[in-house]
Amino acid sequence: METACAPIRILFPTERNAVPPTLDPGSHPGATAPERIRNFCIIAHIDHGKSTLADRMLQLTEVVDARQMRAQYLDRMDIERERGITIKSQAVRMPWQVREGERAGEPFVLNMIDTPGHVDFTYEVSRSLAACEGAVLLVDAAQGIEAQTLANLYLALENDLHIIPVLNKIDLPAAQPEKYAEELAHLIGCEPEDCLKVSGKTGEGVPHLLDEIVRQFSPPVGDAGAPARAMIFDSVYDVYRGVVTYIRVIDGKIEARERIKMMSTGAVHELLEIGVISPEPVKGTGLGVGEVGYLITGVKDVRQSRVGDTVTINSRPAAESLGGYKDPKPMVYSGLYPIDGSEYPLLRDALDKLKLNDAALNYEPETSAALGFGFRCGFLGLLHLEIIRERLEREFNLDLISTAPNVVYRVELEDGSEATVTNPSEYPTGKIAKVYEPVVRATVLTPNDYVGAVMELCQGRRGQLKGMDYLSSDRVELRYTLPLAEIIYDFFDQLKSRTKGYASLDYEPTGEQESDLVKVDILLHGEAVDAFSAIVHKEKAYNYGVTIAAKLRGLIPRQQFEVPIQAAIGSRIIARETIRAIRKDVLAKCYGGDITRKRKLIEKQKEGKKRMKMVGRVEVPQEAFIAALSTSDAPADTKGKK
Amino acid sequence: MPGALPSGEPVPATGPVPPGTPAGEHGFGVYAHVPFCASRCGYCDFNTYTPDEAGRDGYVDQVLAELRRAASVVTPRRVDTVFVGGGTPTLLAPSELGRILAEIDRTWGLADGAEITTEANPESVDPSSLRELRAAGFTRISLGMQSAAPHVLKVLERRHTPGRAVSAALEARDAGFDHVNLDLIYGTPGERPEDFAASLDAVVAAGVDHVSAYALIVEDGTRLATAMRKGVLPYPDDDVAADRYLAAERALTAAGFSWYEVSNWARDDAARCRHNLLYWAGGDWWGLGPGAHSHVGGVRWWNVRHPSAYARAVADGWPAVGRETLTADERHTEDVMLRVRLRDGLPLEHLDEAGRKEALRQAEAGLLDPAKLEAGRVVLTLRGRLLADGVVRDLLTAT
Ligand SMILES: Nc1nc2c(ncn2[C@@H]2O[C@H](COP(=O)(O)OP(=O)(O)OP(=O)(O)O)[C@@H](O)[C@H]2O)c(=O)[nH]1
Ligand SMILES: C[S@@+](CC[C@H](N)C(=O)[O-])C[C@H]1O[C@@H](n2cnc3c(N)ncnc32)[C@H](O)[C@@H]1O
Ligand code: SF4
Ligand SMILES: [Mg+2]
Repeated sequence: METACAPIRILFPTERNAVPPTLDPGSHPGATAPERIRNFCIIAHIDHGKSTLADRMLQLTEVVDARQMRAQYLDRMDIERERGITIKSQAVRMPWQVREGERAGEPFVLNMIDTPGHVDFTYEVSRSLAACEGAVLLVDAAQGIEAQTLANLYLALENDLHIIPVLNKIDLPAAQPEKYAEELAHLIGCEPEDCLKVSGKTGEGVPHLLDEIVRQFSPPVGDAGAPARAMIFDSVYDVYRGVVTYIRVIDGKIEARERIKMMSTGAVHELLEIGVISPEPVKGTGLGVGEVGYLITGVKDVRQSRVGDTVTINSRPAAESLGGYKDPKPMVYSGLYPIDGSEYPLLRDALDKLKLNDAALNYEPETSAALGFGFRCGFLGLLHLEIIRERLEREFNLDLISTAPNVVYRVELEDGSEATVTNPSEYPTGKIAKVYEPVVRATVLTPNDYVGAVMELCQGRRGQLKGMDYLSSDRVELRYTLPLAEIIYDFFDQLKSRTKGYASLDYEPTGEQESDLVKVDILLHGEAVDAFSAIVHKEKAYNYGVTIAAKLRGLIPRQQFEVPIQAAIGSRIIARETIRAIRKDVLAKCYGGDITRKRKLIEKQKEGKKRMKMVGRVEVPQEAFIAALSTSDAPADTKGKK
Repeated sequence: MPGALPSGEPVPATGPVPPGTPAGEHGFGVYAHVPFCASRCGYCDFNTYTPDEAGRDGYVDQVLAELRRAASVVTPRRVDTVFVGGGTPTLLAPSELGRILAEIDRTWGLADGAEITTEANPESVDPSSLRELRAAGFTRISLGMQSAAPHVLKVLERRHTPGRAVSAALEARDAGFDHVNLDLIYGTPGERPEDFAASLDAVVAAGVDHVSAYALIVEDGTRLATAMRKGVLPYPDDDVAADRYLAAERALTAAGFSWYEVSNWARDDAARCRHNLLYWAGGDWWGLGPGAHSHVGGVRWWNVRHPSAYARAVADGWPAVGRETLTADERHTEDVMLRVRLRDGLPLEHLDEAGRKEALRQAEAGLLDPAKLEAGRVVLTLRGRLLADGVVRDLLTAT
């Protein structure tokens, strides 16, 4: 099980790892002049080809040879490879000798960060941006600008980064680089000719892009003589090495065998190793101004090496830390429960281990009468939830039930007290004055033809139109304020199906609003099943009640007595279904002397019974919970058009 | 397609049990399987073969070879019951079946008053063959009637007319059989309540002293299962099956039968099938023939299924291909599973503390007879009989 929590398959070979000749000799880590460095990231909408473009860069700069090459080299986690998406940012140091133009022949060191495109991982992108001076904004030349193109562009601009607009996938027959160059130029305020055109697949245009990166992005600036200051932009747990911390040096120099100090806590650590990723770890002697690399201190918990913290040298510490990052706030919550209750301690250990790698994951123990002991977990979004769940199941061999995702509510009671609700079953029972729910600013990009359909969907989800812009003659940007709760329930699926897959969505939390919300309970044989309680808008309560009750009726096997299923708001029943009592449960056939077969059948039934959860006197199979809790919204589908 | 054999451990070359294994302390039975049918009924997954699928030449000699081998490892004092089942045993000549009986008698000795049953298909017997069977030593005959409704027999793909089963039963009585059974299947698609009522009337009128009524089970791999999967026939409905069972109980009780096992009714104690009771009480028996199952002293084993494989096996060794030595847990499961279904019930002391508590709960829920429970027996009520698997499950999983 130990290896189970080593998702990042970077190998850390040790002494035998000399700097490969391709990392040109004049530019050893720690000895590279800042003027020779360019730090940039690749940002884009999901699937527009960031990781594929990164592959070509790895090849062109010869840090990965043809033999080792594989598609999306930097997507190292199994789950990334299977889903074909990037979840974690990856930074790589590459040498580049300019091929054309004034500086032809000059050697440079490029630190490239490949970022995720999915909205759930925007946090990863913002951390990466803080380590760079420039961003390559990639746009699929067959799709044009999409919602995360905008979101990531704005993030980059907020970070004061220089942007190189690039159209990708120009090899595609359906590519319309001219058209989208126009769109893109309009968006960032440049000329269409300023948009570079590349194919991450064939490599066309990529050398020119690398030259332009050197030409357009400014080198890092910092005070080489000042006390060292480096920004932690990622922190990852590796089973063999402990915590591997990724830093970008701002001032001074961090040298091997020095003791480093975390400025937020004052904690001092031995520096066991320092180096760069290229794209495998390469041990070095130090890192200087503007350089990006990793360090290992032997700490076992990423929380001791927090993203956003500033690293300095203990013997000559800096006075002031660099500005940090805000911790990501969970957007959705869900209860995770082991199907086999005895696996609860395993689940706790597994969450602890994943947390080492994922600062955005939050969890607290909770108990459910229906599901037993588990954890209320906070996630950045549905994809994040799904990925964590899948990793828990796969890497730690756990069978889990997850409750329907919900957002956080703030409830004001008439007695003046206030409660924060992350689990609907903990909704206060006292007299409620006001309920607030989180809202997001949602941006939907859609072809002209589907504006009506998108508006209809958003209105049905209690959205308020905030603005509408034409990005080009046929592409529209719609801005809405929407309750977050409405987005996490099958919104994306609906959006995709109503726009034939052409619309894209981005959203960011903007605050809260007071809403007319009620808690709907589902009662099985008179007992509320906490796992099915939901907080919904008053007008949707009836619908929710009817849907869940009908679903459960189809999923719960008949019992020896009649079982009513009711949906209720407080004591008011709003929907009812009945599971009729089972009348026959006996195998009546002549098996002759084959008693073995009969016994095995009974043994199987006994096993089945063990997998039942008791809700009062009602036996509910795990499968029923799982099926009833699964929404039609499969977050896996967020790949959209694929 | 015959259903699969269980998977067990391999059988040692020296045989399924070592020589001298004590057998038959609480009675000993012999089962002989005749794996042949004229055609396969659409619902049937028994180990049986039509003439195109397997030849019958030398079959009885092969069974006798196995019997002689059996005698080298177990030596029960005597044989209390013999059951020749199928398939359709009566596809063999009465004299052939008689040879098997005679050899059992010579080998182990048939007890005085032994119960000797053969199964038979209604269309494969006539008054003279029945007299010959009786003369050969058979005391009991079990006929597969299934239904009195022609359209039901058609769905089941039975070859006989409804009347034939009743006549065969009457002829068997005339031939001097002590006990005659008719099998019924209920819940077949297309069977109406009045069809089953007519079947019950018919078995009562046939004057038999034993009736087995089975709910139609859709077994994987049968033509019936295929038809249902394709939607050609609807799946059986549990509520309908429950109604049919209650109808059977009502009609048979009114006619003077009483249940003694969930699917079996007898006119009096003497009419109960002793061979089946031996199975259900954990007794010892040797099963002869392809696919036959045996049990001796906590070891269960089973023979190779196909008749030609069986023929090869008995030529120079044991036909048994798998066996299991029951653990204490498995014995307990079987004990509860089998005895709870009997009218005599399960002695309460066979259950642990939690099981006994559960039994009390079930009596309260109307599934077990409270008076019998008070007297130390776990006995199903009528409603409990319909939910017997649930009762067994709950007794076994109570904690
Ligand atoms: N034809 C063509 N296909 C490309 C090109 N670049 C990427 N693709 C394909 O586009 C898909 C997405 O590529 P990725 O590189 O994984 O995209 P990404 O932007 O890293 O995706 P996320 O990390 O999930 O945001 C893959 O199927 C690639 O093979 C290109 O230049 N031409
Ligand atoms: C071992 S079979 C053989 C009897 C004989 N060959 C016959 O069919 O007349 C004994 C009985 O099992 C019952 N039976 C067989 N297959 C069944 C099924 N799929 N569902 C319910 N009962 C079945 C039938 O009532 C059948 O008469
Ligand atoms: S006659 Fe009996 S054993 Fe033969 S196929 Fe029909 S049901 Fe099965
Ligand atoms: Mg990627």
